Amino acid sequence: MTTTALRPRPAVWTLLAGLGVALVLVLALSIFFGRYPVPYWIPPDLLLTDDMAQRLVLGLRLPRLIVALALGMSLAAAGTVMQMIFRNPLVEPGFLGVTQGAAFGAALSILYFSSSLLVVQGLATVFALLGLAFSYTLARHMRFGGWVLRLVLAGIAVSALFSSGVGVLKYLADPLTQLPEITFWLLGGLWGVTWRDVVIVLPVVLPGLAIVYLMRWRLNLLSLNDETAFSLGTAPGRERTILLVAAVATTAAVTAIAGIVGWVGLIVPHLARRLTGANAQHTLPAAMLIGGIFAVICDDLARALLPGEIPLGILTALFGALLFMVLMLRSTLKVKA
Amino acid sequence: MSAVITLSHLRFGYTVDRPDVLGDLSMAIPGGTITAILGPNGAGKTTLLHLILGLLTPLGGEVQIAGRPLPTYGRRELSRQIALVPQAEHIPFDFSVLEYVLLGRSPYLGMLEMPGEADYRVAQTALETLGLAALATRPVTELSGGERQMAALARALAQEAHILLLDEPTSHLDLSNKGRLLQTLQLLAGRGVTIVFTTHDPEMAVLAAHYLVLMRRGQVIDSGPLEAVLTADRLSATYGAAVRVERIADRPVVLLDPSSLDGS
Repeated sequence: MTTTALRPRPAVWTLLAGLGVALVLVLALSIFFGRYPVPYWIPPDLLLTDDMAQRLVLGLRLPRLIVALALGMSLAAAGTVMQMIFRNPLVEPGFLGVTQGAAFGAALSILYFSSSLLVVQGLATVFALLGLAFSYTLARHMRFGGWVLRLVLAGIAVSALFSSGVGVLKYLADPLTQLPEITFWLLGGLWGVTWRDVVIVLPVVLPGLAIVYLMRWRLNLLSLNDETAFSLGTAPGRERTILLVAAVATTAAVTAIAGIVGWVGLIVPHLARRLTGANAQHTLPAAMLIGGIFAVICDDLARALLPGEIPLGILTALFGALLFMVLMLRSTLKVKA
Repeated sequence: MSAVITLSHLRFGYTVDRPDVLGDLSMAIPGGTITAILGPNGAGKTTLLHLILGLLTPLGGEVQIAGRPLPTYGRRELSRQIALVPQAEHIPFDFSVLEYVLLGRSPYLGMLEMPGEADYRVAQTALETLGLAALATRPVTELSGGERQMAALARALAQEAHILLLDEPTSHLDLSNKGRLLQTLQLLAGRGVTIVFTTHDPEMAVLAAHYLVLMRRGQVIDSGPLEAVLTADRLSATYGAAVRVERIADRPVVLLDPSSLDGS
């Protein structure tokens, strides 16, 4: 057996290139896909000649596509990071109090501070980090069960706490102005996204994704026991913090715009791992590409399937849960609770 | 032979107000030797390994590696000096054996760097040295306990460190893997690698070690060259049970004294 026979794994690179091409195709087709000015498909020549079609695509559809892409990539990357760092293939941002924390922060901002996206995004990030820290601390202090079980239970408890907080805020909110805005969070969606949202979200998402992408091989080390990770030259505490802050900040930034969009962060890393193997050097880019494709397609369906908009979170949960069931039936999940 | 690992008046406890897990320990471990830390469960053997590794900070005293105090080393610099084979490792994701062994190259890679061709070659050589090349593409989660322990040793070999720490390395090994491990340790010591391993099995210490450290309840009962330390009295004090040392085929063999079982 030679080294060259083992090393390059050309199949993985072909797969990643294929996913990259698929993502570009999906994005290109999505520009023409929608309900207006013609149902389902804008003929390309109409786009060149029709002023209304051009304004629609450039002013509304393009920024929405970019945010959908950022959303899918961020949730998938954050899910991969959390599953590896917490050494638990069952976690995703929504399981660890991050998403519910972000929703609580956003609702709090809408009710008592400001509906401006910057403030909403800031408070969403703060409460997302608080949710994660609270779940982690609670799991560490629980007196029964293995680490996987404790983390999942702690996440459920903290998420429920924030959910009840959101419930209280909804109860207190003005039913005509504030309540619809808060309700939007619980359904998730990208209607009304503009270039301004793109400008606000990308400065958080791009550096966050860049950090996670560049440190992707370190994720392998950080998924091992502390003593092993330490003996291999990592500073486990510091490096995990850098990766988690990057993952949570990107999640909070996209959640501030899109609301709660579940299942992407759980199911996409599983799918990526099934395709590329466990090495995060390949899993992470695969997850980001699949996450992008998944979110863009779901958002295409959300805005074009019916005359009215279907909330995005409903579609990601529907397809995510179905896919999860298929994956679970096809082979076992390796979890040690 | 100059000391590669020096411990002076080392003390450790998990909190200041609780009794020490390890009390006032001093010793010097020469380079290119194999040292066994022998003692019953709960003697503080793993704690001692973690102190040498730098994972735990002593309450008092000092660890020196190659004449330099341990805290003066950077993280990557230290991991090029010391490799660890832990006792049991839970690996949650199914890396291939080669990918797992490749993780041993991380001390030579920057935080944002990926392993290159040369790193793959080192990992491959480590697998071949231990006769694991055929397992290279197998998921590490599907290996038996013994194979997994050998894969962890291969990862430590890929780390190319001067000091190798092993925590109960034979706990999951069958006889043939035990033999292969012993051969590998002797090969490495011959190349100048300093090896320290913990074990509760006196036979393993007799087969592999040049030096012996006997520990019980955080205290060193005795330490020194194997033949000098391996006496019935000291072993009995270490294990809290009457022990005999016989010679079979010119090799010391440690036996539990049947007379100590009378009336028990």
